[in-house]
Amino acid sequence: MVPLTWYLILAAALFCIGLFGVLARKNAVAVLMGVELMLNAVNINLLAFWRYTALGQLVGQAFAVFVITVAAAEAAVGVALFIAIYRQRDTVNVEELDDMKG
Amino acid sequence: MHESSAPFIYNLTILLPVLPFLAFVLIVLWANRSKQLSARLAMGGIGLSWLIGWAIAFTAFGAQDIAENPFRMVRDWLPVGRAWQAFGFMIDPLSALMLLMVPFVCFLIFVYSYGYMGVGKPAGAHDQRGAPAEPGHVDPLASRFFAYIALFATGMIGLVLADNLILLLVFWEIMGLCSYLLIGFWFARKYDDPKKITPKEAGLKAFLTTRIGDTLMLAGMLLLFAQVGSLSFSEIFKPATLEHLATTTTNIILIGPVPWATLIAILIFCGAIGKSAQFPLHVWLPDAMEGPTPVSALIHAATMVSAGVYLVIRTFPLMAAVEHGAALQFIAFIGSFTALFAATIALAQNDIKKVLAYSTISQLGFMFAALGIGAYVAATFHLLTHAFFKALLFLGSGSVIHGMEHGHHEGHGHGDTVTGGQGDVPHHAAPDHHVTVSPGHSFDPQDMRNMGGLFRRMPRTAWTFIIGGLALAGFPLVTAGFWSKDEILADAWAHNQLVFAGLAVAALLTAFYTARQIVMTFFGAPRTAAAEHASEHDSIFQWMTIPLMALAVFAIAFGWFGIPTTFPVLGQLSSNPFHHLIGGLAEALHLEAKELPFSAVPLLTSVVVALGGLFLGWLVYRGVAQIGQRGEDALQLRDPLARPLGRVYPVLQNKYYFDEFYSKVFVKGVQRLANWLFRFDDVWVIDPVVDGVGKVWRRISDWGQAFDERIVDGIVNGIGALTAAVASAARVIQTGRAQNYLLVGLVAVSVLLGVFLVAPK
Amino acid sequence: MEEQIFFVLLGLLTLAAALLVVTTRNLLHSALWLIVAFFGIAGIFILLHAEFLAVVQVLIYVGAISTLIIFAIMLTRRIMDQQQPRFNSQWGVVGGFAALLFVGLAAVVTPVVWPVATGALPADAIQQLGADFVGVYAVPFEVASVLLVTAMIGAIIIARERE
Repeated sequence: MVPLTWYLILAAALFCIGLFGVLARKNAVAVLMGVELMLNAVNINLLAFWRYTALGQLVGQAFAVFVITVAAAEAAVGVALFIAIYRQRDTVNVEELDDMKG
Repeated sequence: MHESSAPFIYNLTILLPVLPFLAFVLIVLWANRSKQLSARLAMGGIGLSWLIGWAIAFTAFGAQDIAENPFRMVRDWLPVGRAWQAFGFMIDPLSALMLLMVPFVCFLIFVYSYGYMGVGKPAGAHDQRGAPAEPGHVDPLASRFFAYIALFATGMIGLVLADNLILLLVFWEIMGLCSYLLIGFWFARKYDDPKKITPKEAGLKAFLTTRIGDTLMLAGMLLLFAQVGSLSFSEIFKPATLEHLATTTTNIILIGPVPWATLIAILIFCGAIGKSAQFPLHVWLPDAMEGPTPVSALIHAATMVSAGVYLVIRTFPLMAAVEHGAALQFIAFIGSFTALFAATIALAQNDIKKVLAYSTISQLGFMFAALGIGAYVAATFHLLTHAFFKALLFLGSGSVIHGMEHGHHEGHGHGDTVTGGQGDVPHHAAPDHHVTVSPGHSFDPQDMRNMGGLFRRMPRTAWTFIIGGLALAGFPLVTAGFWSKDEILADAWAHNQLVFAGLAVAALLTAFYTARQIVMTFFGAPRTAAAEHASEHDSIFQWMTIPLMALAVFAIAFGWFGIPTTFPVLGQLSSNPFHHLIGGLAEALHLEAKELPFSAVPLLTSVVVALGGLFLGWLVYRGVAQIGQRGEDALQLRDPLARPLGRVYPVLQNKYYFDEFYSKVFVKGVQRLANWLFRFDDVWVIDPVVDGVGKVWRRISDWGQAFDERIVDGIVNGIGALTAAVASAARVIQTGRAQNYLLVGLVAVSVLLGVFLVAPK
Repeated sequence: MEEQIFFVLLGLLTLAAALLVVTTRNLLHSALWLIVAFFGIAGIFILLHAEFLAVVQVLIYVGAISTLIIFAIMLTRRIMDQQQPRFNSQWGVVGGFAALLFVGLAAVVTPVVWPVATGALPADAIQQLGADFVGVYAVPFEVASVLLVTAMIGAIIIARERE
């Protein structure tokens, strides 16, 4: 039996890798990929806890399904935004999107 | 007669001063563009006052107890402290008698003025405002004249009706104002000769001189108010009040204790000295002759100057409060001295109006002398008779002067300019309203040396003038002047023989200079072409001679009301109503005023002095009258008195040099003081100090401005700069990049996590 | 025993793939490594007895989202994107703190004695799940559908051509 802790550490590692991708990459799509990794890490976490603490119910799976749904919606909108920005500014470098610069 | 209800006519008393005042207001505000309307309004107003005044006067004469219970119309007017001073009018024997004379004489003079001012005549093309008109033309400011004399009439009528010293003072001052305005009526008139006083200067001189008297009088009134608490006649003259004033004293330095009554009486008398032109404040009256002749008649003969006498008569109980007091002695001294003094000056005057002016001063002196010796009734009598004949004489002189001007006009055409008297004919009216005198022969229509032979040429004027002159001289039996003067002499003989002597000499001189005046003016042959062509034919003379005739009647007949019952023969026919009336008032005031027993000495003196003086005058001057045509040499005429009097004559002619003395001592001194004060204020001290303070303050404010700019603004701007700098520094955080912001969140979470892990449980 | 070996292998695969996703210069390669990572995660799901979810993961993540990402890469391709630096200026700090965070999370998780539930998965798990979606979780289900519709419309609008 794989201890719960292993799953959690895996999820943590995946999450931090995804976090790194979000905060350190220049390309917008790369950032989006990092976000997907983070969401997957969350899913792993959810299912791990479900498997080890609430196996009788199906709450974990349902929750994970919703997370996936949201991720999908978010990815769609995000890509649409990148395309619109690309058309407007001819760049997808997030560093160049600094209109709010004070 | 019911005790409780007074005759209705008395209620109309208030109208008497109001009607002329109404005329004044209407003229000033509305009617003054039309000279005819203005004149008629004034005459209407005073005419109504005259008629109502006579109705009231005669009603009062018939009343039995008018002396003890005078009619009063009063009203609480002036709040003083917690009480009210009531003002109003009073009808008693004295005021009723004045009502007989004052509005009537005023009315006659108003009628005279209609002719004198030439109302109804066309306006002259060369006539200047503020200068007399050419003969045959209307005076440019005639409406103003009528407004002024209407206001004056208000003053005099109000004065005699006042029941309170304050109200009396109000009307006193109104008359003073009108006197000033009317003397200076021809304000644009100027003379070549710098020694000759201009009308403007004369008005100012009159005002200032009488002011001296007025101030002392006011001081007296204030002291009286302080002692008594009221200035109402009914309060002041209560026996208890008079007793109190006579016995309580006040300390005056160097003199010692003086009874209040004496001090107050003398101060109030000083007001009379000023107003009635007694020595030493007599200097303004002769110069007041610069005013038009109706003014001289009205103000300076009949009414205003006699206001001083009226005042003393009114306040006589106060004057007489102290037995053998200093007040009455002082009054007697001033009066008799002035009577003599002025008479001597009149001897040497050549201007027809100046003679009459000094004569007025002298006659007023008679009245004061009479009061001083306690002849209450005699003084009142003389006041009234003098008003009639002096007004008559002045109006007559005005007629003579107009006649002379007309004569000059005809005799010379427009060749010569006329100066000095009435009728400046300015041929070059300069644009700066300066009446210039053309070089050449200047003619004075008022100088008696230019006259002569006017009896035939101006008969009505001549007759009335002579009647007036005889009354002044005291021609026995037929003139009013005789009766009043005789009574004064009789009283003087009985009480104070020194005064008697002085007045007798003065009476002699009076008769003398009167004869001199009549002879030089009317008798003999004319000495100039003007006199030769003089006439009464112009329509203005109609207006002027009728009042003369009315006054002449009174100058004769009025005296008969005062024939003493003790007089030989005529006395039995007379009930002496005058004495009865005024004597009754005197008794009500607890004054001694019984008819004197007959004494031959004063009567004889009176007759001798009058007839003798007249005869002497005629004797001395008939030579002058017969000199005949002198033309330009008329002024070189040597007066027959000049040689016998030698060095004294010029002194008399120059009025004892009083004007020069006053000018040097008082006027110049005040001017020097004013100059010094001006320099103190503007040049040396006050202005430099004020400017200095201003400069200091300016410097302070400059410093303040610098402070404000550098420091205050510096702080404010500095704070702004500081904020901007801080903001610039802090702005770095806002990169606009989401990843940077998220990093901050990551760091924060990590730190918190670390803290949680590491912190001891 | 076998479970643990499978877990380690799949875990390493997933983590390696993930690392490559965030460090590869070529974006397309990144996307492909992402697909690998998704597959690895699907395997993890199977180990966790969430078979349905593993299938859903592959279907949606690999099938739809990865495709979408690849479309995005292609539509926003820059000409010389091979030479552009991958990381932005703060990557060092981020790396450090990410590592720190991992350490912290691990430190939190490891000491805890997790309760182990011994229950059995219901036999008809899928049917049960379906029934729950329209029963217990009906509202979230509907909301999720609305969300998808909104996202779809929003994406269309945002990305359409403006003329």
